[in-house]
Amino acid sequence: MNHILPLFVAVPLGTAFIILILAKVWRKAGVPFALLTSICLVIFSVSVIGQASIYRMGNWPPPWGIVLVLDGLSTLLLLTISVISFFALLFSIRYMDRYTAKPKFYALFMLLVAGMNGVVLSGDFFNLFVFLEIASIASYALVAFGCEEEELEASFKYLILSGVASTFILLGIAILYSLTGTLNMADVARTIGNMPANNAVLFAISMFLMGFGLKAALVPFHPWLPDAHPAAPAPISAMLSGVLIKALGMYVLIRLIFNVFGLSPFLSSVLMILGGLSMVVGGLLAIGQDDLKRLLAYSSISQIGYVAVGLALGTPLGIMGGLFHLINHATFKSLLFLSAGAIEYSTDTRKLSKMGGLSNRLPVTTTSAAIGFLSISGIPPLNGFWSKLIIIIALVQAGHYILASVAVLVSFLTILYFMRVQRHLFFGDLPAKLAKITEVPYLMRVSLVLLAIMCLAMGLLYPFLSGTILDPARDVILEGTAYVHRVFGV
Amino acid sequence: MTQEPEGMTLIVKSIGRLVINFIMLFGIYIILYGHLSPGGGFPGGVIVATAFILLMLSFGRKTALRKFGDTTASLLDNFAALSFLTIGFLGLIGGYFFLNFIDRGIPFQLFSAGTIPLANIAIGLKVSACLYAVFVALAIFGKVLAGPEQDGVGPAEEKPTDSGEHRR
Amino acid sequence: MIVYLLCSFLFVLGLYCLVAKKNIIKKIIGIITMEYSVNLFLVLVGYRARGIAPILSKGADKAEFIAKSVDPLPQALVLTAIVIGLGTIALMVAICIRLYERYGTFDMTEIRRLRG
Repeated sequence: MNHILPLFVAVPLGTAFIILILAKVWRKAGVPFALLTSICLVIFSVSVIGQASIYRMGNWPPPWGIVLVLDGLSTLLLLTISVISFFALLFSIRYMDRYTAKPKFYALFMLLVAGMNGVVLSGDFFNLFVFLEIASIASYALVAFGCEEEELEASFKYLILSGVASTFILLGIAILYSLTGTLNMADVARTIGNMPANNAVLFAISMFLMGFGLKAALVPFHPWLPDAHPAAPAPISAMLSGVLIKALGMYVLIRLIFNVFGLSPFLSSVLMILGGLSMVVGGLLAIGQDDLKRLLAYSSISQIGYVAVGLALGTPLGIMGGLFHLINHATFKSLLFLSAGAIEYSTDTRKLSKMGGLSNRLPVTTTSAAIGFLSISGIPPLNGFWSKLIIIIALVQAGHYILASVAVLVSFLTILYFMRVQRHLFFGDLPAKLAKITEVPYLMRVSLVLLAIMCLAMGLLYPFLSGTILDPARDVILEGTAYVHRVFGV
Repeated sequence: MTQEPEGMTLIVKSIGRLVINFIMLFGIYIILYGHLSPGGGFPGGVIVATAFILLMLSFGRKTALRKFGDTTASLLDNFAALSFLTIGFLGLIGGYFFLNFIDRGIPFQLFSAGTIPLANIAIGLKVSACLYAVFVALAIFGKVLAGPEQDGVGPAEEKPTDSGEHRR
Repeated sequence: MIVYLLCSFLFVLGLYCLVAKKNIIKKIIGIITMEYSVNLFLVLVGYRARGIAPILSKGADKAEFIAKSVDPLPQALVLTAIVIGLGTIALMVAICIRLYERYGTFDMTEIRRLRG
C-alpha cells in the first residue's frame, strides 16, 4: 500500500483550484504553485520507480471499490508525464508573457496533468473515462487559448472529433458492462477470460480501437492532430504531442489490448496495419509542409506509428523498442516543439520559407533544435537511433520483412524532411526582417538545453534505463491477462 | 445603444419572486438528504443553480449579478472543489484516501453516514456555482457579441467546466 | 430488442447530423444526440423489470431488497457522462460564439483557415 498514489491526481487538481482562488488577489500565483507541484510530481514519480502496488480508495476492496493500480507500465508513463510537464512549465514562464489570463493557463495545465495521471493510474473503466474527459476538456481549452481564428477553428475540429471518440469509448464501456456486469478492468478481464469467444467483445474492442486510436492519432483517425497541435501555445503543443497522445491513446490501447483482452494475432495485425499506415502517411505529409509546427505535428503521427508497430509485435524485443521509442519521442518531440516555440517567440513566424541563417542569431535554440532533429532522424548515438534500431531488428526477427523495410524507408523520409528544415533554419541568408532578433530569455534556454541533454543521455545510458524503468514496463505488458491476479491477489 | 429593459414583465417578476425561494429550498433539501433518499450533491446543486438562473432571466442581468456576482460564483466554485478534495485528504487520517473516517451514526438519521453529507454539500456548492458561472459567462459573451462596445477582449479564455471529477 | 434498435437509430442519426450538416450549431446538436443515445443504451442495459431503486429505506426487507434492486453502477456512470457532456457542450458553445465573433458565420465550409 503506497499512499503516494492518490496524490498523483489530488495534488495537481488541488493546485489548479488554489491557483484560481489566489489569482483573485495575486496575479502571478500561477507560476510558483504550478512549478512547485510539478517538482513534487517529479519527486513522487521517481520515488515509485520499481514498485508495484494497488491502492484501494476508502479501503473498499476491488471489484466494488475504486482501485488505483501502479505497475511498471504506469510508472514509465507517470515519469514521462511529470518530467515533460516540468520542462514545459519551465519554458512557459516567459513564453506565456504574450498571453493574458495566465492563472487560467496554469490551472488548465494542472488539470491536464491531473487527468493524464488519473488515466495512467486508474484500474477501472469508470475512472478511466472520467479522467480521460478531464484531460481532454483541459486540452480543448488550452488549444483554443490564444482565441484567434486558427486556434478556435483547430480547437473546434479537435473538440468534435475527440467528442466522437469519447462517445465511441463510452459505447465500448457500455457493451463491456452489459456483457460482464462490472467495470473493474481486472474483473472484466477475468470474466471475459472465462467466457467462450464472442462477437460482442470484438465489437467492444473495435469501439475502443476507434476511440483510443482517435485520441492517439493513428492514421485513419488523425486529421485533428495537424490542426490542433500547431495551434496551441508551444508548451501545450509539447505536452499534447509529447505526452497526451501517448497517455490517453497508446497507453490505454496497450493496457486494454494486452492486459484486459489478451493479444490475439488478429488484434496484433490490426494494430500493426494502423501503425504502418501512420508511419508512411505521417512521413509523406510532413515533407511538403511549410509551417514548422505543422511539420512537427505530422512527424508525430509518423513516430507514433513506430510505437504502435513495435508494441503490436508482442515480442519482448518489439515491446521494448516500442516503449523506448515512446519515451524518446516524448523527449525529442517536446524539445522540438519548444524550440519551434522559441523560434516563433523571437522571429514571430512559423513559416520555414521566411526563415534562414538563424544559427548566428539564436545559437542555443538552434543547437538544441539540431540535437532534436538528429535524434528524431535516428542518428547515432542519440536516443532516437537506438529505439528505431530495436524496433527494426524486432520486426526482422519476427519475420515482418515488408514492415521492416517500410520502417527503414520512413526513417530515411524523416531524415529527408528534417534536412529541409535544417536548410531553412540554419543555412541561407538572414532575411532583412529578422535582422534584429535576439536570443530567447534565459529560462526558455535552460529548458531547451536540459531537454537536449536528456536526448543525448537517454541514448548513452540505455542499459541503465532499460534496467530501471523499461524492463518492469515490458514485463507488465508481457504478463498479459495475469494482470488480474496481481490486482486481486494483494 | 438602446436601453435594454431590465428583466421580463411584471407577471414573471411576481411569480419569480414567489417561486425562487422555494426552488432554492428544495435544492438545499435534496443536497442535505442526499445520503438518505434519491438525490445528492449534483441534482441539488443543479436545482439551486436553476433558481439563480431564473432570477437572472426574470429580473435581468444586473439584479442577478448584484445578488450573486460572477467573481463570487467562481470563487465559491473553486473553494467547494478544494473542500471536496480536503475531505478526501482527511481520509488519510484513517489510513486511506477518501476513507469515511467519521462515525457513521445511526442509519436513516439526518446526521449519519460520516463524510458523505459533507461531500454532498461540497459537490452541491460546486455544481450550483459552476453551472451559474457557465450561464453567466455565456450570457456575457452574448452581450459582448450584440453590443458594439467590446469591453476589452479581456481574459482570453472561457472557463472549462471541470465538474466531471467531483461527482460520485 | 426494439429499444436497442431505436437506440442505435438515434446514434446513427446523430452521426449523420454531425457529418452531413454544415452549420456548426447543428453539428453540436448531432454530437449531443450521439452522446445521449449512448447514455440511453447504458440506462437500458441497467434496466431490470420490476426492479426497485437501489436505496435502502427504513424498515425494508433486506432479502427482498437484494433480490429486486437494480445495479446502481450504470446509473452512476450515465450521470457522470451527462455531467461531462455538459462541460463539453458548454465549451463547444463558447468556442462557437467566439468563432462567430471572428468569422461572422456558423457555416463550417467558410471557416477554413487551416489547410494542408
